[in-house]
Amino acid sequence: MKFLRHFAARIVGHAIRIFARAITAVRADWQGIEPVPRQRVYFANHTSNGDMPMIWASLPPALRREVRPVAAADYWLKNKLRAFVGPEVFNCVLVDRRPEVKDKPMDKIIAALDEGSSLIIFPEGNRNMTDDPLLPFKAGLYNMGVARPDVDLVPTWVANLNTIMPKGEVIPLPLICTVTFGAPIHVEDGETKDAFLERAANALSSLAPEVQS
Amino acid sequence: MSNTTVDILLLAFGSFGILIALTFLGEVLRARQEPGTQNPVLETYMTRIQSWWGMVAFVGTALLVGKLGVMVLFAFCSFAALREFLTLTTKAQADHISLALAFFVVLPLQYVFVGMGWTGMYTVFIPVYAFLLLPIVSALRGNSEKFLIRVAETQWGLMIAVFCVSHVPALINLEVTANSDRAVLMIAFLVMVVQFGDLLEYFFGRRIGRRKIAPGLSPKTWEGVTCGVLAAMLTGALLSWITPFGLFGAVALAGAASLVGMLGSLVFAAIKRDRGVKDWSHLIPGQGGFVDQLDSVIFAAPIFYHLVRFFYG
Repeated sequence: MKFLRHFAARIVGHAIRIFARAITAVRADWQGIEPVPRQRVYFANHTSNGDMPMIWASLPPALRREVRPVAAADYWLKNKLRAFVGPEVFNCVLVDRRPEVKDKPMDKIIAALDEGSSLIIFPEGNRNMTDDPLLPFKAGLYNMGVARPDVDLVPTWVANLNTIMPKGEVIPLPLICTVTFGAPIHVEDGETKDAFLERAANALSSLAPEVQS
Repeated sequence: MSNTTVDILLLAFGSFGILIALTFLGEVLRARQEPGTQNPVLETYMTRIQSWWGMVAFVGTALLVGKLGVMVLFAFCSFAALREFLTLTTKAQADHISLALAFFVVLPLQYVFVGMGWTGMYTVFIPVYAFLLLPIVSALRGNSEKFLIRVAETQWGLMIAVFCVSHVPALINLEVTANSDRAVLMIAFLVMVVQFGDLLEYFFGRRIGRRKIAPGLSPKTWEGVTCGVLAAMLTGALLSWITPFGLFGAVALAGAASLVGMLGSLVFAAIKRDRGVKDWSHLIPGQGGFVDQLDSVIFAAPIFYHLVRFFYG
């Protein structure tokens, strides 16, 4: 039974990847970094529920096997289908964002890093529905950088997904999606939380392609 | 085997022969370079030849399959081209449904109408029905910001990527060859003269080109375009046996299609320059996108179609 679920998860994973490629021709643009299997935290902008699958689909197989998206437990445990797709297909690290919960999200994230996994995180915390390129970052990225300084923090810009699948729409538009990976950053000695988060946000937004329209 | 099948195979093997010669030429030039250096013009030439191999294989197979193969191939090209085009246009969430309709309703219906041979419908479907109805769908969502720009750019995308591209398979419906399986050969004729003209325009433009047609927009030169159009006309003459146009008709049509196509690719260069991109996408390795590859065929197809209708209809 467990074997069957695992097999089904791999099939669904391939189907999601093929669907993402067929609709958006998703392409990884490795600008500041090579696609080699090193331990990394990919931190990305968040405009759509499709962001995480899109980054996941754009990674080469060797990297995809090692990566675990950090995602909200309340979203991925809402029904049986999501509880299958989130934890088993994407191998998500599920964190509970409610303050009254005992197991702190950061403990789970650090545990996943110590197992050797790479992570995908969305440091804005929520989907960005504003016209600004990014919302202010939450502290999590800084805490990870301080706790595990050897891990590369890789800015990852997902372009176009807010047009492909905006909040409230059902049909995804087949437009071309590019995932740009920038040069990795680390928390420097004595750098304050705010200074680091600002530097991280700038590193991320500088990857946004400039299209005049 | 029918005569048409034999002719398609002859064309395919002829194209393979030319490609083998061109690949050989490129490899010889490559071998004669200083070791460790790379000539960018030669490398571009070689990637173009490589994607040509793919195109000849795809178009040849589609033509052998017949009408259905041709429709599926060009519907796919339209989809890829529309996706590249609309990725760069101005749009808002208010356009979401009209854009989805463009991809999932207008595009397939246009190819259904072409497949049915319903000339009266596929000639007006996008310029009239889509033109008037899609802006209504956008307007119903009540966002007026950049409205005219949004609807105009979407319509432009549909005209270019669906209406114009669909006129390549629509050549099957022309009366001059209708009711004969030789109709698919018209497609081979158009694609071959236009693309061959482009290839030689590129080659001669880099070799002997001096005066630019549109400086700041495109490296195309008068010398290159002249040689390219002459090469297309020569190709037209050599291929006149597959057409019902006769020698002079084939030469004239080949020249007209090739000239319009080359000037059309200037239009695409202007759009790309305006949007700050070098290529439409990265789907064809070393080449750019489908629109980059198809640009001259896109402009040539409707003109060629209507010239044939006018003179041989």
